[in-house]
Amino acid sequence: MSSHAHSAVHVPPAPTGFWRKYIFSIDHKVIGIQYYLLALLSVAVGIFLSVLMRLHLVWPAAHLPFISGGLMTPEQYLSLLTMHGTIMVFFVLTTAPQSGFGNYFLPIQIGAPDMAFPVINMMSFWVTFVALCFMLAAFFVPGGAPLSGWTTYTPLSGVGAITGTGEGMGQTMWLISIVLFCFASLMGALNFIATTIDLRAPGMTLMRMPLTVWAWFVTAVLGLLAFGVLLAGGLLLILDRSAGTSFFLPSGMVISGVVQNHAGGSPLLWQHLFWFFGHPEVYIAILPGMGVASHVLSTFSRKPVFGYRAMAYALCAIGFLGFMVWGHHMFVSGMNPFSGFAFSVLTMSIGVPSAIKTFNWLGTLWGGKIQFKSPMLFAIGFVSLFVSGGLSGLFLAQPAIDQYLHATYYVVAHFHLVMGVAAIFGIFAATYFWYPKMFGRMMNESLAKWHFWFTFVGTYCIFMPMHFVGIAGGIRRYSEASAAEYLMNLQPAHMFMTIAAFVTAAAQLFFFINFFGSLKFGPIAAKNPWDATTLEWITDSPPAHDNFGGNYPSVYRGPYEFSVPGAPRDFIPQDQKPGAVE
Amino acid sequence: MKRNSKGSAATPAILSLLIVLLVAITAYVFISGKFQAPPPITEVGKLVDQQYVLTLIVTSVVFILSQLGLAWVIFRYRDRGQKAQYNHGNNKFEAIWTTATIVLFVGLGLMAHHAWAVTHLQPAGADALQIEVTTNQFVFNFRYAGPDGKFGRLDVNQISPENGNPVGVDSADPNGKDDIVVPTLTIPVNREIELLIRSQDVIHNFYVRELRLQQDAVPGMVIPIHFTASQTGRYDILCTQLCGLGHYKMHSFLNVVSEQDYEAFLKQNAAQ
Repeated sequence: MSSHAHSAVHVPPAPTGFWRKYIFSIDHKVIGIQYYLLALLSVAVGIFLSVLMRLHLVWPAAHLPFISGGLMTPEQYLSLLTMHGTIMVFFVLTTAPQSGFGNYFLPIQIGAPDMAFPVINMMSFWVTFVALCFMLAAFFVPGGAPLSGWTTYTPLSGVGAITGTGEGMGQTMWLISIVLFCFASLMGALNFIATTIDLRAPGMTLMRMPLTVWAWFVTAVLGLLAFGVLLAGGLLLILDRSAGTSFFLPSGMVISGVVQNHAGGSPLLWQHLFWFFGHPEVYIAILPGMGVASHVLSTFSRKPVFGYRAMAYALCAIGFLGFMVWGHHMFVSGMNPFSGFAFSVLTMSIGVPSAIKTFNWLGTLWGGKIQFKSPMLFAIGFVSLFVSGGLSGLFLAQPAIDQYLHATYYVVAHFHLVMGVAAIFGIFAATYFWYPKMFGRMMNESLAKWHFWFTFVGTYCIFMPMHFVGIAGGIRRYSEASAAEYLMNLQPAHMFMTIAAFVTAAAQLFFFINFFGSLKFGPIAAKNPWDATTLEWITDSPPAHDNFGGNYPSVYRGPYEFSVPGAPRDFIPQDQKPGAVE
Repeated sequence: MKRNSKGSAATPAILSLLIVLLVAITAYVFISGKFQAPPPITEVGKLVDQQYVLTLIVTSVVFILSQLGLAWVIFRYRDRGQKAQYNHGNNKFEAIWTTATIVLFVGLGLMAHHAWAVTHLQPAGADALQIEVTTNQFVFNFRYAGPDGKFGRLDVNQISPENGNPVGVDSADPNGKDDIVVPTLTIPVNREIELLIRSQDVIHNFYVRELRLQQDAVPGMVIPIHFTASQTGRYDILCTQLCGLGHYKMHSFLNVVSEQDYEAFLKQNAAQ
């Protein structure tokens, strides 16, 4: 795994036409921003859907905008939760941290001029874009959006509109979208892996890579192994729906009084394929956030990352173990109970590298000189949320306890905190941190801080009570609480969460205004506004077309050399020759 | 004093305070018992609760120490113009917390084995009362074998809720003549029950909080679960697996009754 010499660098001249420069660009920086904007559009849709759902849960008789008929029906509620989950998991949590920031900064942080395969990179984005179009179009086809949840369990999803209106055309659109998305993600993963292995600058050894690069690299390996399985599963489910096959459909099904003409398939097979992808997917969402948190915590503590090697190994361990725990989603599915025990112990052991990361983050802060800039606030928030959401997972990892908590709001609270909100905090930290580099302007620090306070308090106000509702047995995916008296008693807690959700969603305006306003009104950013050490900070803001204006760096030291005794400044960039500063 | 030479104390103070509040409020809600599972009605349910409490203690310790540690460290090491320490970590600490978490987390997982094994790895006793649970969009049906103790064969073509045969008992099978099919589950107290859970269409779930039990009903499979309820009463049965537009109202009751009341229930519903 030698790093290529600079003689291998060959960058085509910068395109001048509008289409090749901004639309069908092969520049990883443009593609990174395209992915980011796609995620921004998607997150706006996803937040909007969640607010509609929260309103419906506490005011079921309210007339809501964008709901045909005004009053939300149970199937519309299920469509909203399906689309909210799918859009957030695939088009926000997978695209922004990995394809967005990874695309933009992985090549620069390793001193490369571009991704290894720029054209494939462009294709990854545009296939993802088409996938998003198919996904959003599902709202507008006859029957509306699918209602089987983002997990799409068969037979509900496998036999067409007979199980519910959205299960016709809408579910087909959903599946086409997901298959396209998997294809795009596979291309992206290959590109990330090849780039990291082949295009590192001289001196950029594996153990000198920023932890962000480690995180993107491990995430790409996960993506390569996971998305292929969902791609296959999605194709088989499309065949079950449209070609009369029975991969996931057993014999003897009677739906709405009609005997189904299927035989020999297994609904559990779909769950195995889905979760073999689905569990690594939660790490695909959170690992880049862990990388960003380490990076930002070190920079604004003015201290090297505590236990760099342990952090890199822990990322690898989480990635490795992440492939052996999918069965913990299936403890109550009817899967062999002996395997439930095996999956449980493996899942508990994932807590170990997760705890190592947490302790090392605290160790990084310890003895630092902490500057509370907006990226740092979100990185600290990330640590707090990751601890809270991670610990609640220890309950669910035990099948004996899961058989009580499974499918309650406890699960919803757990995964929202740990893979939703924590990952989003990673995205926000990355945005406030790298915006000056990407757009050449600083964001407004006051707006950013208000954004942080509201979001940090708001998300805890939504998701901590949600754990308690789950502990009391509140069931997720119910559009109304009318089935049982005890569910009605939980409604005041739901009211509190809905108000918190409304305020938190509104507070995101701070971010959107800041993001778009700073493009025009932000002060011009210097090359290295944070006094940081990694290679993206030695080049212009924003970087030239070839990233380094022809002056490709060589690397002489580790990524987090802050507060080195004897050095004139409290940071030493990675390309600084030894002896030059000490 | 130069501007920007050190940061303001307000931001770290507020953030630390918020994290302390988070810990305090969370602890308060747990201790106040405002949100709780109802008391379990089985021995296994008590085992589950013990394991839950044990897990709660372990996670609480880690939660409180990590969050308060975070709150303290960000306030203590806020920028006051000092110089940050230069170090790359400490292998002894890494070894200590790695070992500690392996022992705690994996140990906890191993201890949970018992509560899982007694219901799921051990079969029901030979004299357990078998009741078949059939789910379909969006109802539960419960079938008792009747005086002969034998369930009749099922035939999907004879499923007909309108004609009182919602599960499709084959009219040609004499074993099925005395089968009882009812929409609520009535069981005798202190007797082992084995439910045979099935589904006619999509995946549903059988969930009773007081049993600490949740089990999917999967078409094409018959999934056995067993328990012994020791407390009479009426408990909610809910479907917890997304099964379509009527999911939220798929509901039934579990009636745990005395032996005499159970006999009366059987007589009252005996097949004519």
